[in-house]
Amino acid sequence: MTAFAASPRTRRRLSRRALTGQIALYTLLIVIALIYIFPFLVQVATSFKTEADAATDPISLIPSPVSWAAYERLFAFSDFPVWFANSAVVTVFVTLGRVFFNSLAGYALARLRFRGRGIVFAALIAVMAVPTVVLLIPKFLVINQLGIYDSYAGMILPLLVDAAGVFIMKNFFESIPVAVEEQARIDGAGTFRIFWSVVLPMARPALITIVILSFQGSWNELSHFIVSTQSPELTTLTKGVASLASGQLSQGTQYPIKLAAAAIMTIPVAVMFFIFQRRIMNASEGAVKE
Amino acid sequence: MAAIAPVGPRARRSTPPRRAGSPRGIQRGEAAAGWLFVSPVIVILGVFMLVPVVMALWVSVSDWGGRGSPLSSDVSFIGLQNYAAVTTEGGLATRDFGIALRNNAWYVLLVVPLQTALSLFLALLVNRAILRGRGFFRTAFYFPSVTSSVAITVLWLFLFSSSGVVNEVLSWIGVTGPNWFNDPGGILHNALAAVGITQGPAALTDGGVLGVSWWDWLAGPSVAMSAFILMAVFTTSGTFMLLFLAGLQNIGAETEEAAMVDGASGWQRFWRVTLPQLKPVLFTVLTLGLIGTWQVFDQIYTGTQGGPSKTTLTPAYLSYQAAFGSQDWGQGAAIAFMLFAIIVFFTIVQRIVLRDRPVSARRARQYQVRTDRRRQP
Repeated sequence: MTAFAASPRTRRRLSRRALTGQIALYTLLIVIALIYIFPFLVQVATSFKTEADAATDPISLIPSPVSWAAYERLFAFSDFPVWFANSAVVTVFVTLGRVFFNSLAGYALARLRFRGRGIVFAALIAVMAVPTVVLLIPKFLVINQLGIYDSYAGMILPLLVDAAGVFIMKNFFESIPVAVEEQARIDGAGTFRIFWSVVLPMARPALITIVILSFQGSWNELSHFIVSTQSPELTTLTKGVASLASGQLSQGTQYPIKLAAAAIMTIPVAVMFFIFQRRIMNASEGAVKE
Repeated sequence: MAAIAPVGPRARRSTPPRRAGSPRGIQRGEAAAGWLFVSPVIVILGVFMLVPVVMALWVSVSDWGGRGSPLSSDVSFIGLQNYAAVTTEGGLATRDFGIALRNNAWYVLLVVPLQTALSLFLALLVNRAILRGRGFFRTAFYFPSVTSSVAITVLWLFLFSSSGVVNEVLSWIGVTGPNWFNDPGGILHNALAAVGITQGPAALTDGGVLGVSWWDWLAGPSVAMSAFILMAVFTTSGTFMLLFLAGLQNIGAETEEAAMVDGASGWQRFWRVTLPQLKPVLFTVLTLGLIGTWQVFDQIYTGTQGGPSKTTLTPAYLSYQAAFGSQDWGQGAAIAFMLFAIIVFFTIVQRIVLRDRPVSARRARQYQVRTDRRRQP
């Protein structure tokens, strides 16, 4: 500190420069934040507008008159509640599976030495590069062959693990100092125990990333559900809203209905994010220091 | 050589030095645990990705018409005919594939650098410990990423409609916005047209590949595709910002502080200290970005179905359309595999470009000499 307590003049000049910098920084941040948030405010506002109001004054954030017609239409005249329930079931199972299996594999690839590890890792990288569309046709065939076409199993099982998640976990585990595990090993802990009680709790930031990504990924998945289901009772939100977008429910543009559907679809995943947002902050402070 | 072998943080990180005294039993147990840990991933990815890939490969070289099993005896091997139809025969299928590649190439060329730079920039901005309201800013930037591509496409169709929000904002500064999702004009062609060039030189218009002239390859993304490009940058920057943030949190403040004490400027600290340590994250972001941008599907399926004038057609959507729409399953699979090849190619190129370079021979000799000299006296 003493080094900075030079003459009072330097000090004032420094702080003024710092102040200008701060103002510029916050102005920049606020402008960017506005650009990111504004579309969603417009979305919510428009869902409460009449179609005429949405067309004439798209940018206004205050609907006049306020209309619930879009929501009424969605809940009374469509399978929207069914879509919602289906997306929820799939998302919960997929997220639990991915957090567990991805971190297990990520840990093995980062820390355990076994013959063939390099090949497994190379295969994962290759799998990551497989475009989902390559799989659309034959994925349907395999699911059909296994007798799980048009069922929850067919929707959930193929999504239970993802190569990108393993990759993220592996990268994170490599950054944790080995010394921590060695201590536990000396204390006589087995491999699974070291993974479960020592390393996994330290990987919290990465785990939260995985939870967010897989919750998002399965809630937002579209192409897999296009090929693994056909019955209306198994339609997910993505499939349902995509059919709305192509105007299945209505004539005309019907932006209020479409935007209302899109807005409701965003809520659960947004709530999920707000819960974990807090934990992201705490995790960085709770991390073990060397 | 042995003296310089273990340099570089990478070597140290990825293969921790084997503990000298560890008994064999533990090693064997470790191997078993290793395989056990990766087995769920191997089984599920094997059944739902590897097996389907092999089947798709077969479909791409067969005349399977979508009825019954592709493995049944009345389906026959037709060699590379499906591949030829979309690459060399010069018909509609070839031209569609060429257009789809053109559209997607522009998309990748613009989206990948923009999303990487923007997400790193955002991460650096909100990583400051003293920043007030950083939770708010992180939330704001990440929010578009939590929205599904279906939902965001619906929103984007509204924002970019001819009398939508974007055009209204543009009108404030006296610009008449285009009818975004209905405008097939390439933005580079439009820019040239603004200075009076509407026809390309004969050298460019006469030749071409995949049924698309060089002039049309150079059209740039269409106005409609540009709206999708903006959407991609908008929706992905938050996710990648999170990855960069996770990386930044792993970097101890000590190195940064040391560099500051040494008098390094902000730019030097970023370029010489922070960025090299972010290399693994950067690699992840670029890889995921490249893989993602080459498979644009949901947006096109929900939004434009390839229109207007096929300028938002992408190979991914074309493949789906060929198989499930036109019942050309073989061609659909062939397109998918060529897309696969493109992605693998770019991933490998990028891996080579971004790998940790070994110490150059000249530098190595210097170290060698120095260590030798030190040993002599």
